[in-house]
Amino acid sequence: MTTTDTPGTTADVPRARTAEAAGAPEAPLSAAGNPIGFGRMLRKEDARFLRGQGKYVDDVQLPGMLHGAVLRSPHAHARIVSIDTSAAEAHPKVRAVITGAVLETLNLAWMPTLSGDVQSVLCTDKVRFQGQEVAFVVADDHYSARDALELIDVEYAPLPAVVDARKALDPDAPLIRDDLEGRTDNKIYDWEAGDAAACDDVFSRADVVVTQDMVYPRVHPAPMETCGSVAHMDPVSGKLTIWTTTQAPHAHRTLYAIVAGLPEHKIQVISPDIGGGFGNKVGIYPGYVCSIVGSILTGKPVKWVEDRSENLMSTSFARDYHMHGEIAATREGKILGLRVNVLADHGAFNGVAQPTKYPAGFFHIFTGSYDYAAAHCNVTAVYSNKAPGGVAYACSFRITEAVYLVERMVDCLADELSMDPAALRMQNLLQPEQFPYTTPTGWEYDSGNYPAALTEAMRIAGYDELRAEQAALRADPDSTSMMGIGLSFFTEGVGAGPRKHMDILGLGMADGCDLRVHPTGKAVLRLSVQSQGQGHETTFAQIVAQELGIPPEDIEVVHGDTDNTPFGLGTYGSRSTPVSGAAAAVAARRVKDKSRIIAAASLECSPDDLEWDHGRWHVKGDPNQAKTIAEIAMLAHGTLELPDGMEGHLDAQVVYDPPELTYPFGAYISVVDVDKGTGAVKVRRFIAVDDCGPRINPMIVEGQVHGGLADGIGMALMEVIAFEEDGNNVGGSFLNYLLPTSMECPSYELGQTVTPSPHHPLGVKGVGESATVGSPAAIVNAVLDALQIRHADMPLTPAAVWRAQQGNPIRTDLAIV
Amino acid sequence: MQVPAPFDYERATSVDHVLTLLAERPGDARIVAGGHSLLPMMKLRLAQPEMLIDINDLTDLDYIRVDGDEIAIGAMTRHAGLLSSALLGEHYRIFRDAERVIADPIVRNRGTIGGSLCQADPSEDLSAVASALRATVVIQSATGRRTVDARDFHQGPYETAVGDAEMLVEVRVPIRPGAGSAYEKVERRAGDWAVASAGAFVQLDGDTIKDVGLGLTAVGAPHFTCVEAEEALRGQAASAENVAAAAQLCHDACQPQADQRGPEDYKRHLARELSRRVLTTSIARARGEQS
Repeated sequence: MTTTDTPGTTADVPRARTAEAAGAPEAPLSAAGNPIGFGRMLRKEDARFLRGQGKYVDDVQLPGMLHGAVLRSPHAHARIVSIDTSAAEAHPKVRAVITGAVLETLNLAWMPTLSGDVQSVLCTDKVRFQGQEVAFVVADDHYSARDALELIDVEYAPLPAVVDARKALDPDAPLIRDDLEGRTDNKIYDWEAGDAAACDDVFSRADVVVTQDMVYPRVHPAPMETCGSVAHMDPVSGKLTIWTTTQAPHAHRTLYAIVAGLPEHKIQVISPDIGGGFGNKVGIYPGYVCSIVGSILTGKPVKWVEDRSENLMSTSFARDYHMHGEIAATREGKILGLRVNVLADHGAFNGVAQPTKYPAGFFHIFTGSYDYAAAHCNVTAVYSNKAPGGVAYACSFRITEAVYLVERMVDCLADELSMDPAALRMQNLLQPEQFPYTTPTGWEYDSGNYPAALTEAMRIAGYDELRAEQAALRADPDSTSMMGIGLSFFTEGVGAGPRKHMDILGLGMADGCDLRVHPTGKAVLRLSVQSQGQGHETTFAQIVAQELGIPPEDIEVVHGDTDNTPFGLGTYGSRSTPVSGAAAAVAARRVKDKSRIIAAASLECSPDDLEWDHGRWHVKGDPNQAKTIAEIAMLAHGTLELPDGMEGHLDAQVVYDPPELTYPFGAYISVVDVDKGTGAVKVRRFIAVDDCGPRINPMIVEGQVHGGLADGIGMALMEVIAFEEDGNNVGGSFLNYLLPTSMECPSYELGQTVTPSPHHPLGVKGVGESATVGSPAAIVNAVLDALQIRHADMPLTPAAVWRAQQGNPIRTDLAIV
Repeated sequence: MQVPAPFDYERATSVDHVLTLLAERPGDARIVAGGHSLLPMMKLRLAQPEMLIDINDLTDLDYIRVDGDEIAIGAMTRHAGLLSSALLGEHYRIFRDAERVIADPIVRNRGTIGGSLCQADPSEDLSAVASALRATVVIQSATGRRTVDARDFHQGPYETAVGDAEMLVEVRVPIRPGAGSAYEKVERRAGDWAVASAGAFVQLDGDTIKDVGLGLTAVGAPHFTCVEAEEALRGQAASAENVAAAAQLCHDACQPQADQRGPEDYKRHLARELSRRVLTTSIARARGEQS
């Protein structure tokens, strides 16, 4: 069941395909050589992407289109004394200058966030983070718009800033949200999960309690394409069309209706090709709203595309969780309880995107993959003078933070007990017979075989040999490097979510899907989710191919256009395949059921006498008496007399409400070498065994895992947005916000186990965020294993490693002074 | 997209043309070669020159050749040319060591030695190489050429000895037969600016250090070097103890500043660790013990 792979060879489709067939029947091949169903195939969308023919928001060109640019605050916290726009307005190519005062007249100066807070579109009273939007210039071209920004004269009265989240609740901390009536401090909420009393009881009786503070620093998804929009309010039809970088086009349309008071049926949101999202493109940013207002005011289409620094400084960041963990266990290593206190830095506005019931996202899945007597967490969220956001960067609604916490705590416990971290994990993992398993904080895991995944990862790694090599190296006084082996075991909850539990701003998280088979047997599948690089045009075609026997190249996947797709909440939280994938499968099955009845009518037999065989219905015992799905499609659109009550045509419309979340899991092992003299870390190997249920297209799954592992290396070793004391953001460009390159990433070694979800129509669980969630802890654990140190915070730059060795760790969330 | 403020642009056809254009716009014009430092600064509007003089057509400044007892390197020689030069590889491995860790292949295909030195970034790798080798820099003006020691070339962060109406045209490195040299850099990620780097050459007379040069970058080392360490080694045995003592002098003499690449104490530590390493490697190479 294992495939090992190196980057660059996954496209070698025919050779790779044979390696993983064990157990599952292979789909037959189409004339084009693609599997008519699940299996490896090159991505349908890649031809245009690889040739530079993708069409992104910035490629949209409309007649008469104007260009917008945002003036941003240089201060983290300052009252606006005055704004003089006269010089900018006098620029010969400037068509409009919009300020908060202009927006106030339209009641658009503030907008709701996805978490029930409000956020400034353009400042009216004061700026609350460096990079905040202050004014918007519309000009004939992009250069002139940028030039005109320098002509706007803003007088600021600087205020002391809240930069260190740990000081946000000090009695003398500056009040950030004085716009909110009655507010006297910077606390957003306290929220808890689990049983505090039971947890206290377990801890009081435990042999061993290990305590550790850790920071999951503020990081940024940094998609290759920054955020942007082209808004066109047609003065004739009164219809607003907005091409925009969104992972959730339908949610955006509804929100624009709410924010701007525009009639929803007169709004069309088009999300064209998207160059990466990772949660960065879920929310609505002030720039989008400003481009709409600009179009309304000028009567022309207005394009706004932010630059890299704007993206890093103002759009949705991720993490910024200050965590205090306590783990209780017996002397023999039986884990008993886990207790966590979190201080969550949400920035200046509470703008996280997550189901309403869960203000800390799914963080309370922090018990991870182990069995406990009790667990409890408290999350306190605070405002700070930093950009808003928090749920992004493939975090599975904060499961990234949760997995990092528990996987670090388990390693701390192993260190305390002088136990091997793999043995300690194996001793405490949930057992296959415990599923479905209800966690102490209320999650119901659907299925899993955790020991099998860990065993497989250890087999690929050659775990015992690695430990022997490490021991030999440690015994060698002349060695110049230190070797570390790190493990991480993760459980995710994805596919949000059941309508009874989950909504965003009141919008339930069920997804629509339309499937239509044309008379000639080709099909079109319309989805609400939106690919940002995940390969939806291929994966979803393969789902329909699997169910109906139509070759994937004959199935067009339509997405990213609210006028042409059914409603749904979009792509994030690894929800596309668990939710919309299920919708597509159910729609295909409805079409298949209908096709059986039509085939029976044509073959003049009972539907019960028919048997399905790879895209055709034939009479049981007589394979020659058959109708293919294409023949049936023509019959459905033709003159064949249909059974009473049956309408013509061959299509289905579905709204899928997931009964529960799905729970992918995996076991990761990394091997690192640390230079004794410089602290530089080299990731030598990374072994990732993922169980996401059956794999629709294993190549796409592996690509997702590869990308997530690179994310993990980045976060563990180099990515951070740190701030100076005055709130100056020092991570505002790629000069200091470092992303990993191929030079930092080893040739990944992937494996798999397959445990289907019992409640998903295809058994699939989702994989988009697994590697991002699971990998940082494995790398940090490996580095600390090399150093033989209990803890040090990410990112483990050479300097951070060296300082940790000196017993003088760097505070990674604040700029070095 | 980040876009620069408006500027004039001229594509120069000769060094004289450059000097004429510079004289016409004193202080307003900037020369652009590879553009990989200047253009990002312009796009961030940190630099707003009123005129750019593009010298990419001056291919006659792209050379590496022996000239008497020196190696002469034209100002328009790209990083990739320095990396692949057999002549430099034969005499000074330090160039190959350094160029392998400067930025990435795309930048190395465009960036030039002249541009790198004139940008005068306090973390520039080639500045440390030039300082280690005690190179000289040839500066041309309308009235003629003058030569400046590499160690006097940099007059502060982003400041050089090149005047408003002058242009760096050549870098010259003395040939030192039998010398071993090396360069080592610590970076947070491939292609990043140095957290700290050190370069060295060592010429041996038996087991005695006949001559030595040290270069340090990103650690606030005056003139990108540590003269005290060089003096301590010259004429002494090429021993691990002497190297360690010299490395300690580098630690003590540098004046690093804390930033996101690392705190001051770590950079100071690296000045010691990396200078020890490059001196050790240079000695081994001079002895023919290491390639």
